[in-house]
Amino acid sequence: MANYSANQFKNGLKIMLDGDPCTMTDVEFVKPGKGQAFTRVKMRNLITGRTWEKTFKSNESAEGADVMDRDMEYLYFDGEMWHFMEPATFEQYAADKNAVGDAHQWLKEQDRCMLTLWNGNPISVTPPNFVELEVTETDPGLKGDTAQGGSKPATLSTGAVVRVPLFIEVGDVLRIDTRTGDYVSRA
Amino acid sequence: MRRSGEIETVETMIPEDWRPSAPLDNLRRRAEILGRIRQFFAARDVMEVDTQQLSHRAVSDPFIDSIEAQFRPTPESPAQSLYLQTSPEYAMKRLLAAGAGAIYQLGKVFRNGEVGGRHNPEFTMLEWYRPGFDDSDLMDEVEALVAAVLPDFAPQQLSYRALFERELGIDPHRAGLAELQSLCRRHVDADFEDDSRDTWLNLLMSHVIEPRLEGGVFVYDFPASQSALARVREDAFGTPVAARFELFIDGMEIANGYHELTDAAEQGRRLEADQHSRAGLGLPQRPLETRLVAALDQGMPDCAGVALGVDRLVMLALGTRSIRDVIAFPFDLA
Repeated sequence: MANYSANQFKNGLKIMLDGDPCTMTDVEFVKPGKGQAFTRVKMRNLITGRTWEKTFKSNESAEGADVMDRDMEYLYFDGEMWHFMEPATFEQYAADKNAVGDAHQWLKEQDRCMLTLWNGNPISVTPPNFVELEVTETDPGLKGDTAQGGSKPATLSTGAVVRVPLFIEVGDVLRIDTRTGDYVSRA
Repeated sequence: MRRSGEIETVETMIPEDWRPSAPLDNLRRRAEILGRIRQFFAARDVMEVDTQQLSHRAVSDPFIDSIEAQFRPTPESPAQSLYLQTSPEYAMKRLLAAGAGAIYQLGKVFRNGEVGGRHNPEFTMLEWYRPGFDDSDLMDEVEALVAAVLPDFAPQQLSYRALFERELGIDPHRAGLAELQSLCRRHVDADFEDDSRDTWLNLLMSHVIEPRLEGGVFVYDFPASQSALARVREDAFGTPVAARFELFIDGMEIANGYHELTDAAEQGRRLEADQHSRAGLGLPQRPLETRLVAALDQGMPDCAGVALGVDRLVMLALGTRSIRDVIAFPFDLA
């Protein structure tokens, strides 16, 4: 992988630190009128999720991390691993629990997701911003009054539990914002 | 007259980003501030000067990189390197030695590589020199100038030593390399090695102390090793210190001033020492401004001088933390 010197650092650049791939979320140039220049970087460890600030001298460099984001189709869960396929090449990837994290509750077969690969292995999965999922369990709806306020929990086909309006019934397909886990509308 | 097909072509092109990054209202406020600065000096009988931006000589400071320009007597001739000035200091001191008296300059300076939230490679600097002033007199005048732009400006004055003692509990003039390094690593995640005490002091200053500074703070009596072009004198503790001050406002560096070095031999030694450090750091050797040494040798009046970042002053007046809000076309749009 290429080496990057501190003056090439920018938001989104991925580098290796202590054996883990990390991404830069904010890069600040620090230069007193007299004296050495520094580059202060907000880093996020892509494996552990830890975020912190690190400072480099302008003549320091760091090894780039072989990290890339790829659009993939979600295929199925085999009880241990989640399987994805790159639509163009039909190449398949299996992601474990650590990589999938909380995203598993939004994964519906054939939906498109973003997989982050490090040295070709999935390290994180980002679901689409909006997904459409069927309600498998909820208290009976209140008929006729769709304007009624209040909410109740509903279990979706993936096992996710979301707060929904009282008129929602089993079998309804709902649109959910995966970034917040909020109900948006009936699909 | 245009046919409709032509208009369509224009519309489907991605339009270039031609607009200024600063709102026009901000640019109006900026213009008012520049006017107020000129009034301030006119009322005090300080002459405006307008020296060269392009010079055959470059700044010696190893941590300031000049932007090189190519001059050709005719378009086909071999190029000669010239340097965009990183501050008007050398030229203004030559004017002082020629007997110009009190002078100021309000104009663009250029520093290679400096791009960031508070930095643009081309920025507006206000620099002025006062014969007969020392650094303490000049701090008072800087305060008056800033107060003309920022109402309610009431800065405190603290020595570099008092500031480090208050914030970190160390004496910055006495603390050893190992102590500074380990103190720094307690506050800052930095892996690099450096055997210069000043690097660690600068890191503590910029990463730990500056962000904690509220309102206006003049810091004076810098370590002698950070004297740049200031004279060195002994403080009340008998420590040699640089007769240099910096003004910080809300944690942002605004101005840097000196009781100026007038000793030609010492000036010559500092230029050579800078050139030597540049070589050690693998930096390009650039032609030194030996005409400054010649001017001091002829005699420059005892004076104090200061450089102030005008874009940052405008940022404070407008309450923004980004330089893009106060200049029309920052580096990426220039």
